[in-house]
Amino acid sequence: MRAGAEERPVVEIRNLAKSYRRGDQVVQVLRDINMDIPAGDFVALMGPSGSGKSTLLNLIAGIDTPDSGELRVDGTDIGGLSEADLAAWRAAHVGFIFQFYNLIPVLTALENVELPLLLTGLSRAERREHAEAALAMVGLSDRLEHYPSELSGGQQQRVAIARAIITDPTLLVADEPTGDLDRASAKEVLDLMDRLNDELGKTIIMVTHDPHSAERAHHLKHLEKGVLAD
Amino acid sequence: MESVKLAIRNALRHRLRTGLTVLGLIVAILAFGLLQTVVDAWYAGAESASNTRLITRNAISLVFPLPITYRDKIRRVPGVTAVSLANWFGGVYISEKNFFPQFAVDPTTYFKLYPEYLVPEEQMKSFLRDRKGAIVGRKLADAYGFKVGDVVPLRGTIYPGTWSFVVRGIYDGAEKGTDTSQFFFHWDYLNETVKRTAPRRADNTGICIVQIAAPELAAEVAGDIDREFKNSLAETLTETEKAFQLGFVAMTEALVIAIRIVSFLVIFIILAVMANTMAMTARERTSEYATLKALGFGPGFLSRLIFGESLAIALAGGMAGIALTFPVADAFAQRMGTLFPVFNVSRETIWMQMVAALVVGCAAAIVPAVRASRVRIAEGLRAIG
Repeated sequence: MRAGAEERPVVEIRNLAKSYRRGDQVVQVLRDINMDIPAGDFVALMGPSGSGKSTLLNLIAGIDTPDSGELRVDGTDIGGLSEADLAAWRAAHVGFIFQFYNLIPVLTALENVELPLLLTGLSRAERREHAEAALAMVGLSDRLEHYPSELSGGQQQRVAIARAIITDPTLLVADEPTGDLDRASAKEVLDLMDRLNDELGKTIIMVTHDPHSAERAHHLKHLEKGVLAD
Repeated sequence: MESVKLAIRNALRHRLRTGLTVLGLIVAILAFGLLQTVVDAWYAGAESASNTRLITRNAISLVFPLPITYRDKIRRVPGVTAVSLANWFGGVYISEKNFFPQFAVDPTTYFKLYPEYLVPEEQMKSFLRDRKGAIVGRKLADAYGFKVGDVVPLRGTIYPGTWSFVVRGIYDGAEKGTDTSQFFFHWDYLNETVKRTAPRRADNTGICIVQIAAPELAAEVAGDIDREFKNSLAETLTETEKAFQLGFVAMTEALVIAIRIVSFLVIFIILAVMANTMAMTARERTSEYATLKALGFGPGFLSRLIFGESLAIALAGGMAGIALTFPVADAFAQRMGTLFPVFNVSRETIWMQMVAALVVGCAAAIVPAVRASRVRIAEGLRAIG
């Protein structure tokens, strides 16, 4: 694991708690989480199934809201944002990389990458230019007009990474990004994430079960039964 | 790449399912259009009625005649500009299934009151010269192959015996909605024969057709005519031609209402089918909607996608259904022969078909759009399409 990242925390979490209701039961998923993630860091969240790592990632990414505690990302208290404000905030500050890529099957690679830019004021030509550049960065310049079904798993995940970085977000969140890939493809994706972190200084938070993937991160955070273990 | 483009691509994602839904819509919109056209055909006589023509008939019932002498008395009522007469004949051409309306009319006045029946001048002269002559409508002539000079035998039912007529002219309609399925012959020919065979039934007419100077005089003139014959042996009932025609429609109103209900039921059924299709579609794409929401797209964008897809399918089916209504209505009208004298797909029917398609498209999308916009991202991302 490597060290070295700017010291100013991009993610500040204080006394964070989250619970879910399952029927009549309330399940406490996260409790008293305190954590700082500096800008430019690459953090891996690990832990057994049900430990709350995906829930924590969702909270940091603004796709779920905490019950209590403070959650600041890039200075914004996202726990206090309305749903509409949170959507706008996500569009501007978060890039998502999912385990199953979550590409839109009826759109080409170029159109999938271009999708988040529809929420910006860019012209069609500008959007296309940016999307081509992002796909070039992930090594898929020759697959612009291919549909997801015409791409391998590794290629689809690289398209998803291009989509995640197209808006130049503050934060990249990845939920098991290599979980559906063979070893070679997983290595390609992790190399790419390394490059995004090293060369572009992107802050990356990755949930993973895989120790090999976790080794690429600068810091490891372990969750056990909803509590940070280290 | 806009939401419309994405909606259309989504619509084409499951081609078989979309194709079958579009097919269902085509059938429903076509059936709706045809049934509405049948209803319109019922009202065609009333719709094409002139507002300067009144009909005077026996007040007791249409089956009782009026004395022919009434014609001259009616002519003298202020506001009346012309009077003619017509008598239902009810003959059978070869067999009962060959139904078409036959009227004994006063040839010198009748066609002046109905300028929408266009008869070539030479044919009219020929008709006036021949007391056994007849004028037939274009639709009737086409249906039975009648040509000028043909002899048409009719077996009388109200007036027994076999009657022979010679086709002396074929009339066309001045407008698309003009009834050209009728058969007209000389009232004198009927009356002279009746005088010999049933003298007590002679010198009568079924109705008098009254032309008035202006539409606004209708109520006043009708009242004057009926007062003229008050307390006579045959009291009269005078009404506008439209009211007279609607009286016939009223006799079968229950059937018309049933047809209307069925036409709307067809739309309701396809709405249920379409709503089910859209609900399945939206459920399969829960994960995509969650992804789009994660990327920052709001409920409005998701609703546009779903409404766009639903409307694209509904409009494809609707447009094809409307386009097919015309040839199918033509084929149906030909098959029905002269049962429906006027069978035209009206502009109102086309509008109603378009509105029905739009309503189906919109209504089917409401529930899926609401559900999609309420998808919780974290749960939606776990959904399996």
